[in-house]
Amino acid sequence: MDGLLHQVFSGLATGGIYASVALALVMIYQATHHINFAQGEMAMFSTYIALALINAGLPYWVAFAATLVFSFAMGAIIQRVLLQPLANAPVLALVGVFIGMMLIFNNTAGWIFSYTLKPFPSPFGEGGPMVGGMLSPHELGSTCVTLGVLLSVWAFFRFTRLGLAMRAAAYNPVSSQLVGIPVARMLALGWGLAAAIGAIAGMMVAPVVFLDPNMMAGVLLYAFAGALLGGITNPLGAVIGGFLVGVIENIGGAYIVGTGLKLSLALVIIVAVLVLKPSGLFGKTLASRV
Amino acid sequence: MSTPEGAAAPGGVLLDVRGLHAGYGEIKVLHGLDFMVSAGGVTTLLGANGAGKTTTLRAISGMIRTSGDIVLAGAPIGGKATEAIAALGVAHVPDGRGTFMELTVEENLRLGAYTRRDNPAADMEKMFTYFPKLRQRFRQQAGTLSGGEQQMLAIARALMLRPRLLLLDEPSFGLAPLIVREIFEIMRTVIAQEGTSILVVEQNAALALAIADRAYLLETGRIVMSGPATEIRKDEAVRRSYLGY
Repeated sequence: MDGLLHQVFSGLATGGIYASVALALVMIYQATHHINFAQGEMAMFSTYIALALINAGLPYWVAFAATLVFSFAMGAIIQRVLLQPLANAPVLALVGVFIGMMLIFNNTAGWIFSYTLKPFPSPFGEGGPMVGGMLSPHELGSTCVTLGVLLSVWAFFRFTRLGLAMRAAAYNPVSSQLVGIPVARMLALGWGLAAAIGAIAGMMVAPVVFLDPNMMAGVLLYAFAGALLGGITNPLGAVIGGFLVGVIENIGGAYIVGTGLKLSLALVIIVAVLVLKPSGLFGKTLASRV
Repeated sequence: MSTPEGAAAPGGVLLDVRGLHAGYGEIKVLHGLDFMVSAGGVTTLLGANGAGKTTTLRAISGMIRTSGDIVLAGAPIGGKATEAIAALGVAHVPDGRGTFMELTVEENLRLGAYTRRDNPAADMEKMFTYFPKLRQRFRQQAGTLSGGEQQMLAIARALMLRPRLLLLDEPSFGLAPLIVREIFEIMRTVIAQEGTSILVVEQNAALALAIADRAYLLETGRIVMSGPATEIRKDEAVRRSYLGY
């Protein structure tokens, strides 16, 4: 029983990472109706930047903050330079851009930082004693960080004028312009924010899985499964879905399929959701009026 | 010649449009329109389906490419971005109302005041005195409102901008006659109390002429008649074609 409980808690800890990336995916999806396949690789690249800054002698939290600024700028610039000109492009052009970005980030990271696994420091102490026998200090710390991130993002969108304007721009760009919202700038902000959220997820998962250019491939898949499970149209649902997938992955890996086949659980979830309930647990079914 | 910002005197020209051409890609819709909206006045553009009424409003808001002169209170606004024109005080209630369906009534009203930095609470309260139905729906998702309530919300949202010029695209569209009458009654109150300058486009000429002081008749992208609303109403041809009696 203790073992199962341990798996659940540990699953919630990794689930927080998936929830963050799922939220980043949903934010972009809400605004553009596309899944940014490069979201994970952008986060991986940000994590390398963090490692470079830490190795250059910066204290962890300074490097953390600098990485967020870098990632925000990177996301906003990608939107402005690469995606804004494609605003009216067909879907496949965008899919091509997203896959291209994924490969470019992956290869650039390998080229600059090499493909070897690198340890990444945890600000909450290495390994160490278990807290209450359930969570390692890093698991507890990273869960607090992701919960903090999710809460502040929610508060930002719910209570601030800028957050409301960003939601409006995502839902209804034409009306947004008519009330004076600079829609293109809101999209760039959204990309920046999503990239920064992804970067936090990358920095929180790297101490567990070690840093290499393919670190986020699995995470992105779990996050996508979480977003679908919760409902791709509902940010809160996607976050809950991310946590659920973390728990399902851990319990399934420990008791059902074994760690070797864990990733296939993500695919099972994706297929099951698409077949049984395409709108997800908390999503809205959208009917288009023609 | 140019008046200082926002200082167009009552009765003076607020919006001056000359030689306006516009269309969608290869298709030309407007062929050189000349018209104006006086400060504090209500001007109406009448015409049948496809005459170019909606296109004219889109041209003023910078939603489509135009040529010709569009001058707001002495300053040219042609070619400016839509959000920049809104920031200059042009509020546009588009066809289809442009409601943010997923957001609440309150959020829709807040967005209407986006270009203003001050607290919108007082203006929101004022909107509820004009449109009491919106107060009951305050926290409700806008998509769940009835058509009439959505039209009220759209007008209230536009008024939240404290517009110098309000553009209304067919406020009667798709609504039951009773609701239409209610909305136009409210509009009459708003005009009397706020003194907002309005350019309203309507297929329902009788309604529009009842609140307007100046009217233009649009046919296939050209203005074929203009004058004080009272005279246009009496015109034999207009009466037969557009008023139906």
